[in-house]
Amino acid sequence: MSFLIDSSIMITSQILFFGFGWLFFMRQLFKDYEVRQYVVQVIFSVTFAFSCTMFELIIFEILGVLNSSSRYFHWKMNLCVILLILVFMVPFYIGYFIVSNIRLLHKQRLLFSCLLWLTFMYFFWKLGDPFPILSPKHGILSIEQLISRVGVIGVTLMALLSGFGAVNCPYTYMSYFLRNVTDTDILALERRLLQTMDMIISKKKRMAMTRRTMFQKGEVHNKPSGFWGMIKSVTTSAPGSENLTLIQQEVDALEELSRQLFLETTDLYATKERIEYSKTFKGKYFNFLGYFFSIYCVWKIFMATINIVFDRVGKTDPVTRGIEITVNYLGIQFDVKFWSQHISFILVGIIIVTSIRGLLITLTKFFYAISSSKSSNVIVLLLAQIMINLFDLQGMYFVSSVLLIRMSMPLEYRTIITEVLGELQFNFYHRWFDVIFLVSALSSILFLYLAHKQAPEKHMAP
Amino acid sequence: MASLDRVKVLVLGDSGVGKSSLVHLLCQNQVLGNPSWTVGCSVDVRVHDYKEGTPEEKTYYIELWDVGGSVGSASSVKSTRAVFYNSVNGIILVHDLTNKKSSQNLYRWSLEALNRDLVPTGVLVTNGDYDREQFADNQIPLLVIGTKLDQIHETKRHEVLTRTAFLAEDFNAEEINLVIEKRYFLRDGNQIPGFPDRKRFGGGTLKSLHYD
Repeated sequence: MSFLIDSSIMITSQILFFGFGWLFFMRQLFKDYEVRQYVVQVIFSVTFAFSCTMFELIIFEILGVLNSSSRYFHWKMNLCVILLILVFMVPFYIGYFIVSNIRLLHKQRLLFSCLLWLTFMYFFWKLGDPFPILSPKHGILSIEQLISRVGVIGVTLMALLSGFGAVNCPYTYMSYFLRNVTDTDILALERRLLQTMDMIISKKKRMAMTRRTMFQKGEVHNKPSGFWGMIKSVTTSAPGSENLTLIQQEVDALEELSRQLFLETTDLYATKERIEYSKTFKGKYFNFLGYFFSIYCVWKIFMATINIVFDRVGKTDPVTRGIEITVNYLGIQFDVKFWSQHISFILVGIIIVTSIRGLLITLTKFFYAISSSKSSNVIVLLLAQIMINLFDLQGMYFVSSVLLIRMSMPLEYRTIITEVLGELQFNFYHRWFDVIFLVSALSSILFLYLAHKQAPEKHMAP
Repeated sequence: MASLDRVKVLVLGDSGVGKSSLVHLLCQNQVLGNPSWTVGCSVDVRVHDYKEGTPEEKTYYIELWDVGGSVGSASSVKSTRAVFYNSVNGIILVHDLTNKKSSQNLYRWSLEALNRDLVPTGVLVTNGDYDREQFADNQIPLLVIGTKLDQIHETKRHEVLTRTAFLAEDFNAEEINLVIEKRYFLRDGNQIPGFPDRKRFGGGTLKSLHYD
């Protein structure tokens, strides 16, 4: 009886998540476009729903809600479904879309998409070989095999994102890095832009006039067609047309310049807005947070280095360790079990919420960045393909964050995850995360440093 | 007016509707072979004989300013774009007949361009809703062009065209639906006979812009 109640609760929450994912897709991501492909929307919502359910199960685990056996059952079911979608369905759809876009193979779409899918599965399998992630007692098609590979990809992605985010966050929030931009700078750039446009216009006027007079005089300048035409054009060419090619080259250079100026002006406007934002209350608050974040990020990088150098893996989670330290050094009496449960709940909840939010924001930004180039429906299809790719990664991201969350949870709560996910080498994942995080953070520091140095030099020139 | 020969026409619309192809067609009398994303603004010039054949014939240079981007851009991009909206003589609004959203966005495009001109202090009206009153005393002529008619299936063409007719009425604008199709030109080669059809099309619309 209780199993039925629990199941109905789980299913209702899943439907809720599904609806939320659907709405998010419609309102946020595809706000300015017409979506004809409902497949993409459905897949996104389903992946999102199941991922959120997994997190929900973790929280239930900590809180002790619902029957333990029904929790276990739902864990298994959830995991199976997600893995099915991630590894089987989504790559198949990606292959199908790619193939249907290539005109030549249109007839035998199904066949070629199956072929693509098989290749993907092969590489996916090969992925697991160089990593020491499996103990030899598992069969070929067990859940552990799939999870381990999905975990590797997901952990890499997470570490890359966190590394970059850890460096980019303080850089964006702290106003120390903002260059000083005045209104006169912007006006000067705008004037240069308009002058360049005027020069382009006057040159094009000359070209148009020349072409018109040539046309009226009957020298229709045809593009040299065929072999003989090409030879003729080498020896004899009308003076007008020579002029034209010269002016055309100048125009091309000027157009490139105008594009550069446009982008620079946009940059200056954006910087000016950020300066104004930083003077407001909210801006000051974020600036303060930025300092905090930078300290936190430096600490994280430091810890990652130490973990790698000294070959150390955290055995206890931060919560219990924090409580132990407080109890030992400060001599305050804590009811350890009680507090550890609540604090770990809050901590895990925060991690989950921020990671979901961060992922959605990243998705939106990425989508806007690539969608600004074209908007025809065919291109929306291409975007849908890319989105599906992203959802694949997103699913992996969620699965691996479950793996990593395991580290922040006290011992008694880890049991269910360990039970369900089998005996994976969790330590390996933590080490791998640290390595990739470190690499990503260092390279983004380098990248941002270069970008920051290069920008002010451009404005010093005039 | 300083230079009477100069006529500035803005070409606005969402990304990918075919503004650059349209401008190229009007100015170079050729179909654009490899359209690519427009950064900032690209200008092209067309020589036009106003009132051709009559004693009042005069030659104008029509500058077609093809402004790239989307309505949902960041406000920094919008502020930069506003530089191009000064002293405009006419506006061509381009939308994609296969994409409903691009037609709806035309309202926002026209607001962005017109408000810049009407309010010299540069304050942009933040409310993006369409209000016919705002276009009532608009002196700048508008032309609405719908592209990619050939990509719509025969049976649906009627309903699409009625929808766009309403759109044009809302703007109090003239309307033209175009087929910018490469195959048409390749069949005729580079011959001029294939071309006068287009020229009459283009010439007809632009004549309506001159009523000073």
